[in-house]
Amino acid sequence: MGNEKLKSTRRKFIKSAAALAGTSLGLSLLNASGLLIHAAEPEDKDLPWYGIGIDIEKCIGCGNCARACKMENDVPKEPFFFRTWVEQYTVKNNGEVDISSPDGGIEGFEQKIPDSDIFKSYFVPKMCNHCYKSPCTQVCPVGATYVSPEGVVLIDEKYCIGCRYCVQACPYGCRFIHPVKNVANKCTFCYHRLKKGLAPACMENCPTGARIYGNLRDKDSELVKFLKEHITQVLRPNLNTGSKLYYNELSSEVR
Amino acid sequence: MKFYIPPQITRLALAFAVFIALFLVVRHQIKPKSFGKYGHYRAESLVENASIDINYAGQTACFDCHEDIRDLKETDAHSGLHCEICHGPGEKHVNSADAADIIIPAGREFCGRCHSKNAGKSEDVIMQVDLKEHNVGKNCTECHNPHAPWEMKN
Amino acid sequence: MDPTFQHLYDILANQQGYIFPNEIELQWGILIVIYPFITGLVAGAFILASLERVFNVKILKATYQLALLTALAFLIVAPMPLISHLSQPQRAYEIMITPHSSSAMAIFGFVYLWYLMVVLLLEIWFDYRHSFVVWSNEKKGVMKWVYRILTLGISDISPRVLKWDKKLGYIITIIGIPSAFILHGYVGFIFGSIKANPWWSTPLMPIIFLFSAMVSGIALVMLVYMVISYIRKQNIDINVLNTIGRYLFFVLLLDFTLEGLDQIQRIYEAEESFQILKLLVSGKLYLTLFVSQGLVGTLIPMITLVFLQFTKHKFKFQKAIYFIICILVLIGVYSMRWNVVIGGQLFSKSFAGFTGFKLNLIGLDGTLMAIFWMVIPFAILAFLLWLLPPWKMVKEGE
Repeated sequence: MGNEKLKSTRRKFIKSAAALAGTSLGLSLLNASGLLIHAAEPEDKDLPWYGIGIDIEKCIGCGNCARACKMENDVPKEPFFFRTWVEQYTVKNNGEVDISSPDGGIEGFEQKIPDSDIFKSYFVPKMCNHCYKSPCTQVCPVGATYVSPEGVVLIDEKYCIGCRYCVQACPYGCRFIHPVKNVANKCTFCYHRLKKGLAPACMENCPTGARIYGNLRDKDSELVKFLKEHITQVLRPNLNTGSKLYYNELSSEVR
Repeated sequence: MKFYIPPQITRLALAFAVFIALFLVVRHQIKPKSFGKYGHYRAESLVENASIDINYAGQTACFDCHEDIRDLKETDAHSGLHCEICHGPGEKHVNSADAADIIIPAGREFCGRCHSKNAGKSEDVIMQVDLKEHNVGKNCTECHNPHAPWEMKN
Repeated sequence: MDPTFQHLYDILANQQGYIFPNEIELQWGILIVIYPFITGLVAGAFILASLERVFNVKILKATYQLALLTALAFLIVAPMPLISHLSQPQRAYEIMITPHSSSAMAIFGFVYLWYLMVVLLLEIWFDYRHSFVVWSNEKKGVMKWVYRILTLGISDISPRVLKWDKKLGYIITIIGIPSAFILHGYVGFIFGSIKANPWWSTPLMPIIFLFSAMVSGIALVMLVYMVISYIRKQNIDINVLNTIGRYLFFVLLLDFTLEGLDQIQRIYEAEESFQILKLLVSGKLYLTLFVSQGLVGTLIPMITLVFLQFTKHKFKFQKAIYFIICILVLIGVYSMRWNVVIGGQLFSKSFAGFTGFKLNLIGLDGTLMAIFWMVIPFAILAFLLWLLPPWKMVKEGE
């Protein structure tokens, strides 16, 4: 009688130990194969790996980029949908920071705070950061948004179910739901222009050359030179999004 | 050794097997063919995203017809500006050659988007004027040639 | 101005501070508030039922089938608020065809199917099969065939086969408990894993969701037990109410502790987002957080439950108090879902401003739709109680 009990407890122990070992092995395999965390590796070395450079020193807040983007990409004109926009930061003498983006900066900016109150002021263009560890791609339940082989984060408008998870996951506020198409929408890096050898509309239309783009793998590209010559930062580095949008002169007030 | 399998298990195993088989068949039918080729997405979407029509033509397209303006612009302060920065998307106009298909900017506010005085703009980068004081009531183009802004018209 | 955007212009006019231009409209509305509420009820009701089965809490036998059928009624409705909130609901099937393994939301289709088919339906089937066989013999006409089909063709009610019903049902219950945890825990993970949103991002989120789910499920079963007994003119057993009430108290206490811990940590660490969250909690979320969730939904029920346990009262008084407590608790858990979902979207990711939430009455994402999805489960429950009456089941030994 006692023997049987010992056998059964031993059996139970072996079973549970095996289950535990199997589960931990399985989980580690899961992790190793990158199923849980999405990280896009630049596989095809012949393709360019696109990045963006923005020089805050050169931005004059004219809003041309935002306007051109809307006209190039048929984005609704209302002030609620932007693939790119410009913000103005005004640091006052009393330490307060005023941030504004009237209609995304499309019609430019009107100075409302008198010069005497201003400590410093500058403009910051924003757009999709085309993260290579993109959180929006990680959370899409069906695979309707993805990192292309060239490093451009795109949306499959025919596949998106409109769950809005990606909009929640983007830390930069770059995504929105298109009011007519009823699917997710965002800056596509003018992928359709890139493929024809043209510059993205926002960069084509920047009068001061504050916005540049290029192949991060190409040492002679304007972008790589920009990275070498300036001290650059990305937004929200603590979130480890793999952002490929590098700012020069990014001041600590910038959100 | 007698191996007894209760009838519930056999019946349920059958039911589940049928269900799963049906699911896999349906899935195979409706899963998009190009899905998974490069990653967890429809590879065809790359082609769809690349095939969108362009609206901005790029200034080299403008120069094919407007060589004189190109030559003029090169000489002056606006030489770095691409034509469509002021004139808007040009692809339609490039194809139709109709002046109605492109923007001809007018008004002080238009030039003011770049040139109005603002504490956020650096004088090193752009010349600024206070629109409330500089020749109020006049259009900028009354004195400045937009393609050669220092060529004063008076 | 396009009238379709009028509501956005209204929100824009009332916006505070700076928000990113795209953030003007909340993406997840009331339907996403009721979805975790509904799956929480399912998980909670199921876990209460499991208590009877696995831990042999005999007092709760009266509520066992009631809890299971309540869970089923709500589970059937659970995907509906999700599907009706999608911008492209006709593409909802894609989640089953190409689920993205890195997305917590993609789990939904399979966890739901697993829980529905392998756990809930099977457990109910194993419990009812004997009765199905007997009923299919007793009834005539259509109902005879309905019950015949429900037996899945196994009409053997010999003791050996009945023993397997019990054994397999027990195994399913054991599997069901972690399955219930996953069914609702993943919802918490959907929020808790979003690093972009500091109101959501915490490893405690799945656990907080789970415990508040258990609270809501327990309260719902108690409520259903009281209402059904009243409708059927049956006596309510005070021991049942007291036992459930005890479980309710302890889970409520745990839930309160966990949520409190989350907030204390947040206040202590005072990270970058703390400024805006403090404004959120003391402003737009004040009523729903402190009054509705904290006071009405948690503190008052907890204190009242202790009061009931340690003092003697007339039975009618106790019944009324328990009834009210259940309602308060359900309000509290609903508020918790509101605070998480809506609260997390009211402040901008710039941490520098707030937008506004306008609740529509009509439309696929409106209040009426939400109310509809909350009422339908009760209709389904009524149908299930008619089809599978627990009080007419074949007792053991017959």
